[in-house]
Amino acid sequence: MARMKFICDAERCIECNGCVTACKAEHDVPWGVNRRRVVTLNDGLPGERSISVACMHCSDAPCMAVCPVDCFYRTEEGIVLHDKDVCIGCGYCSYACPFGAPQFPTNGTFGLRGKMDKCTFCAGGPEANGSEAEWTKYGRNRLAEGKLPICAEMCSTKALLGGDGDIISDIFRTRVLQRGKGSEVWGWGTAYGRPSGGEAQPKPQGQKS
Amino acid sequence: MTTRPIAIALVLAAGIGMAACGQKADAPSSARKADESPVAGAQPAYTSPGWKAGDATSWDQHMRARTQQQNEYNRMEAARQ
Repeated sequence: MARMKFICDAERCIECNGCVTACKAEHDVPWGVNRRRVVTLNDGLPGERSISVACMHCSDAPCMAVCPVDCFYRTEEGIVLHDKDVCIGCGYCSYACPFGAPQFPTNGTFGLRGKMDKCTFCAGGPEANGSEAEWTKYGRNRLAEGKLPICAEMCSTKALLGGDGDIISDIFRTRVLQRGKGSEVWGWGTAYGRPSGGEAQPKPQGQKS
Repeated sequence: MTTRPIAIALVLAAGIGMAACGQKADAPSSARKADESPVAGAQPAYTSPGWKAGDATSWDQHMRARTQQQNEYNRMEAARQ
């Protein structure tokens, strides 16, 4: 079974925010909640880079560890999801998450914090696949439709890769070998752990990655 | 003599009344629902063609092929041929 992961290639991201827009449109995400967002590093300085950030569906997800009501679960595909009927909106997961993925809608006059919302890897939630209840709470279940996350599939520069971890790693590795630089994958080690074996870190002579 | 049955009745009533105010157990338990695998498929109208709902191998192969569509080097090779 595939182990789903995300990679964002900082060499390719052009900060178009297409992934953010596509995600919001696909899942009808409420105002104020951004399941995915583009972060710019060293803004305005030489070597500025942008990366698209969302829930990375960590191998050892800290949100799962700290949740006091145990609303998180991991699917067979390695996707970290949660049950909104169990979530109490305490916000512990947002403090634990290294990527700032958990989002909380503010409802009502006094800005009451609602139940947590985050990227589902377009895999919906515990409700029946493609049901009205699943759509309302979690958005569309593209995986059950045989599709990959909309953010990755529509990325115009293919900076954001989503899918089976082995395959997207191979795609990224091929790119790095071709261009001879930009082998750093932001957040990969934090989310999925450091590689135990050798990693393709090509550094052609005379070039600095 | 007549006060004893009344006292017993009061104690019983108080016992039943207090039982209604019982606190729920604090033992950790999750009411989380079980999720349905994406392999089971969703609404056929929106499903991508090329795989059979309910067949894990078919879904897996389809997803792998779809992931490879993100590899433009493959597309360049295909265009050259």
